[in-house]
Amino acid sequence: MKSMSKITLQLQRCARDITNMSQQAVNGVSHRGRVLTLDSMNPNVKRVEYAVRGPIVQRAVQIEKELKEGAKKPFTEVIKANIGDAHAMGQKPITFFRQVLALCSYPALLEDSKFPEDAKQRARRVLEACGGHSIGAYSASQGIECIRQDVARYIEKRDGGIPSNPDNIYLSTGASDAIVTILKLLVCGEGRDRTGVMISIPQYPLYSAALADLGAVQINYYLDEDNCWSLNITELRRALSAAREHCNPRVLCIINPGNPTGQVQSRQCIEDVIRFAKEEHLFLMADEVYQDNVYAEGCQFHSFKKVLFEMGPEYSNTVEMASFHSTSKCYMGECGFRGGYMEVINLDPEVKAQLIKLVSVRLCPPVPGQALLDLVVNPPQPDEPSYATFMKERTAVLSALAEKARLTEQIFNTVPGITCNPVQGAMYTFPRITLPQKAIDKAKELGLVPDMFYCMRLLDEEGICLVPGSGFGQREGTYHFRMTILPPTEKLKVVLQKIREFQLRFTQEFS
Amino acid sequence: MAARGLDLILHRAQVKLCDKLQGVRRPYKEVIDVFQGDLHRAGMKPLTFVRQVLAACVYPPLINSSNLPLDVRQRAQEELGRCVGGSVGSYSATPGIPEIIHSISEFIKRRDGGIPSHPENIYISPGSQWSISNILNVLVNREASPRTGVLIPVPCHNKTVLSITQLGAVAVPYYLSEEQGWALQVEELQRAHESAKGVCNPVALYVINPGNPAGYVQSQKSVLEVIRFAWEKRLFLLVDEVKKLLSSMQAYFKNQMHLYKGTYGCLHVALQLYQDCVYGENCEFVSYKRAVSEMGPPFSGTVELASFHSVSKGFSGECGLRAGYVELVNLDPAVMKYIHTLFSKDACSPVLGQIALNLMTDPPKPGDPSYLLYKQEIEQIRTVLVHSVKKVHEVVNSLPGFSCPPIEGGLFAFPRLHLTPKAIQKAKELGLQPDTFYCTRLLEEGGVFTGPGWEYGQKEGTYHIRFCIAVPQDVMEELLRRLSSFHMTFMKDFS
Repeated sequence: MKSMSKITLQLQRCARDITNMSQQAVNGVSHRGRVLTLDSMNPNVKRVEYAVRGPIVQRAVQIEKELKEGAKKPFTEVIKANIGDAHAMGQKPITFFRQVLALCSYPALLEDSKFPEDAKQRARRVLEACGGHSIGAYSASQGIECIRQDVARYIEKRDGGIPSNPDNIYLSTGASDAIVTILKLLVCGEGRDRTGVMISIPQYPLYSAALADLGAVQINYYLDEDNCWSLNITELRRALSAAREHCNPRVLCIINPGNPTGQVQSRQCIEDVIRFAKEEHLFLMADEVYQDNVYAEGCQFHSFKKVLFEMGPEYSNTVEMASFHSTSKCYMGECGFRGGYMEVINLDPEVKAQLIKLVSVRLCPPVPGQALLDLVVNPPQPDEPSYATFMKERTAVLSALAEKARLTEQIFNTVPGITCNPVQGAMYTFPRITLPQKAIDKAKELGLVPDMFYCMRLLDEEGICLVPGSGFGQREGTYHFRMTILPPTEKLKVVLQKIREFQLRFTQEFS
Repeated sequence: MAARGLDLILHRAQVKLCDKLQGVRRPYKEVIDVFQGDLHRAGMKPLTFVRQVLAACVYPPLINSSNLPLDVRQRAQEELGRCVGGSVGSYSATPGIPEIIHSISEFIKRRDGGIPSHPENIYISPGSQWSISNILNVLVNREASPRTGVLIPVPCHNKTVLSITQLGAVAVPYYLSEEQGWALQVEELQRAHESAKGVCNPVALYVINPGNPAGYVQSQKSVLEVIRFAWEKRLFLLVDEVKKLLSSMQAYFKNQMHLYKGTYGCLHVALQLYQDCVYGENCEFVSYKRAVSEMGPPFSGTVELASFHSVSKGFSGECGLRAGYVELVNLDPAVMKYIHTLFSKDACSPVLGQIALNLMTDPPKPGDPSYLLYKQEIEQIRTVLVHSVKKVHEVVNSLPGFSCPPIEGGLFAFPRLHLTPKAIQKAKELGLQPDTFYCTRLLEEGGVFTGPGWEYGQKEGTYHIRFCIAVPQDVMEELLRRLSSFHMTFMKDFS
């Protein structure tokens, strides 16, 4: 390759000239440290942890590699029950959504008679709204306008007609992106004035990671395990007043339905939280990504926005709030598309201008994710050709999840040493495990947190990957793990059985 | 630095709304939107092969459709086989789908003449800006006193500057020399670095090559000088190589040359295509990674480098899919662990974007059913770019009060406006920067949406506009016609 070697020769020639000039400089320097070291790097980044993809997952990947290379183990596959990834566990995508997205990706398919008319119509609408009629063009940073309008309409319908303004809708790269964006706006101040953010314990570790990264003060409020992980205002008050000693609490985060706990807040509770937020002048962040994942009898999803407005103008005109939703969970499970949005309420107009600036840095959210979101908020209607199949698929997914939620709770509660609250919603179970003192001591010996030790052993012995409760936060002296209820029912039964067997063995070993 | 790019976007929205409300008839039917480096918005078509594969990945029943070429179907099957659960809807590993990371590392190795690229140093993210802000986040210590500084070129596209200031760091400008075709002069780097004394602690040097907005390609000598400067001053090198349309072309054709090795006739053709690709004469892109390596010790083992790339640029122009990647070189392994955790809290990059990236680095090969069409479409884009580069240079330089150096690389023209005192005065009266005033008028009256130079930074008293040149031939001709007409009127009005 004549031209390629030509470049190399030129470079080497130039490099020699320059190196010769630098030779003195080189000779003068005895040892050269790096520019970016543990000492010089942003100290906040060192505090960031994200257990869902943390050390246990790295170990699981290692084991998978070993299995692939032919290593003999007591299991043939690693079951990744650590991450809320439905498709990874075999859940099928919604046909209609994928048809529309295929049409958007390759519009020549609009001529293909195998695609239903309602899918084509939606694809055309999305493409019309894209630059150059292509999903490959950047969209506005806030998201494609007609999609934001559709999201607003969806919210209105969901919330019994309470108006939603498309200007208050910001599409995002998954809900996580929007959550971090809002936190960036909210976190400020130094020392005792540093912003404090209230988050439930246990919590989804994106929050703790983001707070560590931003150098915000994390204010823990404990959910009540003895009462199905319910939220108590007394506990909120306790946490808040303690926090006021050392920071400036400004934000209250709530995940409903909960992650990892799965609790679905009662309407009364939501009202109490809103009242509390108003009294204490807190910005509310309502993470509602599991809003369609509600299983338990007597439980119902109530959106914070709806309750806020039903409480009257004294609240709806004053409480500042952001609610978040995503295409990754519910019945869609389309994590890989990174679709999501937030709706902001009562945000100061000047702050909104800053918000636009903030979201413009990353240009725009992925357009396929935006298109998918449009379908989620605008699914087939009863009079449309794809309706029957759509409803069938949606119902199948949600009822399977409900069944698995029930099954999980039932089986875990028969295992000595494991107690499990009802999985009211979301996609996880967060059972409490009783660890023998000897096991706790052994863990300490190995420099591991006790539930990490437990989960590592489970992974090594049974090939089941869970996330230790310490990754989410828990009361001192208690231990948990988070397991997803996503594996197919038959596989889930096997997983539950294996965990039971492991628990008995483990307890026996360390008795 | 005021809101970058914001005012004009809002203004444009206002214009649209205005027209709607007032029923004002404009002398043009549609606005030519060349504000961003967005090929599809400007009218370029996506690559058929890429979109066919993506569609089949999204809706797998298409894999059995005889309407799609066989290689498309096979490729979709391969890509899906790498997705967890066989679905593009599942999360991928944090850095990206492992096979795709591996494919990218091979692509980089080919681009760099065989210098190895390690998969564990590569992270895919939703666009290059995402990884730039993650790496900046690691570099910038908010609590440090003096504050962290990052040297940035002027002109510079504004997103990175926004990231720097949002993190609480200081952007320290170094001016590219317009008279020398936007050359990066080490003396100027030296001056900028000196100017930081007492203001901030510079830890990083941000370089854009090929340039944005200015369309330069750094000479190899310049690249080496910058590396040496970074080494001497102990600066972390952040290299934005997103606009390396050139090198992706080069890499593509190099790949073809390799495959044609046995056939003299084809080799000859391929070589010719390769040489024709270069915009400017004697212009050859060399990646910083390659240069660092070829410089040998002490540089090759010590210069810390992050180079950023994207699927938004290059042939496919898939900006909306959001996929970029960073390659980290010579970083402290202990720091790499934290970088991994930082990326992990963002879950992963959109899977469709990752697949599009893979299709770019591993396109159809001669003999594949889709090869001829693929090659044809690439050729069309190349022709358009070569034509645009020539035409823009010709037309802009023929207009009074307008000048433009040869565009060597990248996706934009960044011509200089020589505005009259009258025009400048009028702008001041309206509370606008002079080039913003020009661009606003150009949008309203000419129907061409461009970006004013002040948003990218420029030497005091100079004015520029930026517009994308990756635009279909007929659109470019219309653009230049409107621009010429508007410009002549504007210059006359303010003479």
